[in-house]
Amino acid sequence: MRHIHSKIRVPNILLMAIFLPCFANSKCSPCGPTSASQDEIYEVIVVGIQTSKVSSQRRLQKRVCVCWKPNFVRGLEANRIKGHHVLLAKAYIESLKGAPHLSIREAMVTDVLVGKNDSVEGVQTFFGMKFYAPSVVLTTGTFMSGKIWVGRTSMPAGRAGESASHGLTENLQKLGFETDRLKTGTPARVDSRTVDFSGMEPQHGDEEVGWFSFDPDYHIEREQMCCYLTRTTKETHQLIKDNLHETPTYGGWVEAKGPRYCPSIEDKIVRFQDKESHQIFLEPEGRTVPELYVQGFSTGLPERLQLPLLRTLPGLENCSMLRPAYAVEYDYLPAHQCFRSLMTKKIEGLFFSGQINGTTGYEEAAAQGIISGINAARHSDGKSLIVLERESSYIGTLIDDLVTKDLREPYRVLTSRSEHRLLLRSDNADSRLTPLGRDIGLIDDVRWKIYQDKQARILEEKNRLKTVRISGGDLAVEVAEVSSQPVKESSTLESLLKKPHVQYKLFDKHGYGNALLSRMEKECVEIDIKYEGFIIRQQTQLRQMAQQQHSRLPEDLDYFDMTTLSHEAREKLSKVRPQTIGQASRVGGVSPADITALLIILESNRRKAKERTQHQIITSTLAGENQEMSETSRNQTIRS
Amino acid sequence: MKENTLVLNKDERLGDGEVSCAEPVPSSSTIAAIVTSLGGPPGAVGIVRLSGPSAVSIAGEVFRPMSRKRRKGVRWWPNSHVVEYGEVLDSHGNVIDEVLVVPMLAPKSYTREDVIELQCHGSEVCLRRVLRACLDAGARLAEPDEFTIRAFLNGRLDLSQAENVGKLVTSKSMAAADAALADYRGSSIVMGGFSFMVKSLRAQCIELLTEIEARLDFDDEMPPLDINLVTDRIHKMLQEVDGALETANYDKLLQSGVQIAIVGRPNVGKSSLLNAWSKRSEAVAMGADVIVMTVSAAEGWTSEDDRLLERIHSNKIATSSTSPVVLVVNKIDFASSCAWVDTLSRSFRKYVFTCAVTGKGISNLESAVVELVGLNKIPAGGRKWTVNQRQCEQLVRAREAFVRLQASIEEEIPLDFWTIDLREAAMALAQISGEDISEEVLSNIFGKFCIGK
Repeated sequence: MRHIHSKIRVPNILLMAIFLPCFANSKCSPCGPTSASQDEIYEVIVVGIQTSKVSSQRRLQKRVCVCWKPNFVRGLEANRIKGHHVLLAKAYIESLKGAPHLSIREAMVTDVLVGKNDSVEGVQTFFGMKFYAPSVVLTTGTFMSGKIWVGRTSMPAGRAGESASHGLTENLQKLGFETDRLKTGTPARVDSRTVDFSGMEPQHGDEEVGWFSFDPDYHIEREQMCCYLTRTTKETHQLIKDNLHETPTYGGWVEAKGPRYCPSIEDKIVRFQDKESHQIFLEPEGRTVPELYVQGFSTGLPERLQLPLLRTLPGLENCSMLRPAYAVEYDYLPAHQCFRSLMTKKIEGLFFSGQINGTTGYEEAAAQGIISGINAARHSDGKSLIVLERESSYIGTLIDDLVTKDLREPYRVLTSRSEHRLLLRSDNADSRLTPLGRDIGLIDDVRWKIYQDKQARILEEKNRLKTVRISGGDLAVEVAEVSSQPVKESSTLESLLKKPHVQYKLFDKHGYGNALLSRMEKECVEIDIKYEGFIIRQQTQLRQMAQQQHSRLPEDLDYFDMTTLSHEAREKLSKVRPQTIGQASRVGGVSPADITALLIILESNRRKAKERTQHQIITSTLAGENQEMSETSRNQTIRS
Repeated sequence: MKENTLVLNKDERLGDGEVSCAEPVPSSSTIAAIVTSLGGPPGAVGIVRLSGPSAVSIAGEVFRPMSRKRRKGVRWWPNSHVVEYGEVLDSHGNVIDEVLVVPMLAPKSYTREDVIELQCHGSEVCLRRVLRACLDAGARLAEPDEFTIRAFLNGRLDLSQAENVGKLVTSKSMAAADAALADYRGSSIVMGGFSFMVKSLRAQCIELLTEIEARLDFDDEMPPLDINLVTDRIHKMLQEVDGALETANYDKLLQSGVQIAIVGRPNVGKSSLLNAWSKRSEAVAMGADVIVMTVSAAEGWTSEDDRLLERIHSNKIATSSTSPVVLVVNKIDFASSCAWVDTLSRSFRKYVFTCAVTGKGISNLESAVVELVGLNKIPAGGRKWTVNQRQCEQLVRAREAFVRLQASIEEEIPLDFWTIDLREAAMALAQISGEDISEEVLSNIFGKFCIGK
């Protein structure tokens, strides 16, 4: 299956957005490669927008979410990559300078053009223009029939001040897609010049800057911006309790519940009555604008109550509000209608990515963006599509959850969602995914060499620690002290590092470290050695499980015909149409007994097919038709 | 619609992590079950069968060949289709039965996997103890007909047989079995304790997972975790499981059998009684759960019997033992009347007439003993017993996870790692296997803590 290490062929790409100056502020993500237009025919059309390499540089603050000291599973989260619209748009356009294959166009796409054999041909805009391409990616964000709410008042919009997109939902429904509606919200923005920060607790970024990429070219140090912490007061709580009837949820005119991990401030106050105060974070929206994002303070209250509410927060007594908090409702397409490549099951060449699949958040959109972008390009090129298995990455976990599970709220990636979290760490993200990137031509020779050198250094260092022994000395004394464990007369550095609380830093301190290694590389070495037992155990479990889980299900199964499955399983499996046994077992309502029954049916079918083939061989041999026989055997060779 | 996929799944830093999907293997677990019938009169021989990739290593854990004592550290490796004689040991190293081992290595076996059959003595207690030893060593209790299902899935049966297998494994019958499981959990008294324990332990695992996992994602919004509290609760759970497994009457019987002391004057038929009895059951050992005093019907109650009875009573008082004493009047076929027995009814909880030489009355003795030690409260018969065995297995698996967890705590491994074993424990204790722990933990997190921005 390996592919030649050639640079990915860059297709001609058209990006389409309703309003150009805003197009990169979408929460979506990258669509990798790019290219020049030839009239109105492209190889990939991306409706919506995005990019993620930008986010690596455009971050405002980076904080490592510290889990535990000695922390292990930790996420590197660039705080609020949201960035200011214009700033991002500019960055985006700058990045396009190096991407001559990319065209952009302002348009409202209202229909998907479908050709013969249910494959996509292009899109049609509101004004009747047709754009043709073999791959189309829809990244509609919150725009598809979007409607925003402030208090009881609503207007059609995808975001405050930006027009919603109409007509696309209905046309997708006509193509046979199932659509549904989700709701999310965003808090108010205040003018930072009117805020008194003196009494607030500043939240600085991490002093030791961690980087997303192993490639130092992307390690651009910039001054990190500070966030501030304030808290709700008695007055905040009183004001909300007095006006609960004015909020959509408690007033009872909106049924839809928001996502559980983004509760509105009134939700927090009603549900956690015993909590006297809630934390509120003030986060700058960009380096050059005065907008502050009031994190943790979304509300459904009418606008007239929002400023008084903000002013109950210490430091915001005199603030002015730039934009009220609002809720947004929008259409999405339950993602069981997509393969794990994010191509839709109904229309070949049509990809869905981002909020259209029911997710929320920048990282979630970026994750899907890179997969749909890569696959759209590969599809145009007639290449096989890529799939990240659930246990390979959080991207894989996200997509597997999306296409398999019945989700009722906007989806966000959380550590708890992965069963394989000890294997999915940021320190090994490169060794997990770069080889795949290389295989599909996304990693050029320069980056590949950087990557390989890094891995070689780590391996070499691990070998060194295995062989270098110390007997006695300051290091041994300190190790014994730190770990409260005795140190043997002659110990390898590796065995010392395995002791509790002993970190690589200690080797550096006593002159046993390796100066050639970067801090990140030392961390990799430390993790590999310290937690070797755990990692190997998880890896072994994974390997055992993977063999069964990854075995593929035929695409033409008629689940309704399988009377040995429970009714619920028949229904759910027909709807989700999983691609592997593992995926089938994760579909809600499918029991282990159903999986056993399914395996038996598959095996019976396989045997019947085999029997038929044998029968054919016999008949054709009898009839002396050697040609057919050789064809059959050729088919078998291909299958094996 | 065809979809080609390119999947690369390895971590280069780990080296040989690549997962090969070339040859799908349907099962990765090793299953065990008693494959001879239970519930009826015991047969002379009963069979515990193991099947799966670890069958050999599990058998190696529980089996000690007699021919050449195994040297320590040397793995037992059987010759396929060559019978070996030896002993089965429990997890503490105690001998629980003599067995013949029949190894049938893949693919030349019923399931086309490695299969090991342990031919044990036919009594239920023996078979269950051997099975329990296998479960302790890592085998999973087989689902109904799972051996046949595996045989089929591995290409062993022909298509006409397959039709029957299909019918055999309708999810309907499995669902019925699961429902029955749930019912038994609610209704049975003896199992009530076990089932309550399984439920409550699972709830505790989920609660702890909620506490810990909430902090993995929302650390900055949470009060710090009270590590000592978590540690204490894990210790407590482990104790509970240990306690349940050790003191549960039934489990104790499985581990050690009923300890019976046979006492009597010389020549009243103790050894013939023992012989007659042990033909039916190997579970006779000298101990103290029940004391069987044997007298000869031919000679009646003698003054020597009086002295012996007195000694038994004073011994019982000295050791503050409450073991019941059963009177066995042996050689009954030599006596015409045994009216004297009635005068002794105060000293004995029960009396039984036997003739050890002919085997007469042995089954009455057995049921008397069983009644006295409470074994009869355990529902006899396959299904009910299986229910209990399943819960027992759940607790065994949970205990393994807790033991690992404790090791992690002692080695001061970061908290993130604890979730792995806690999850395993919660999965082991699940009502139905395959329950989605993640979603349950997440909804608990959002229900319990005020988090999210």
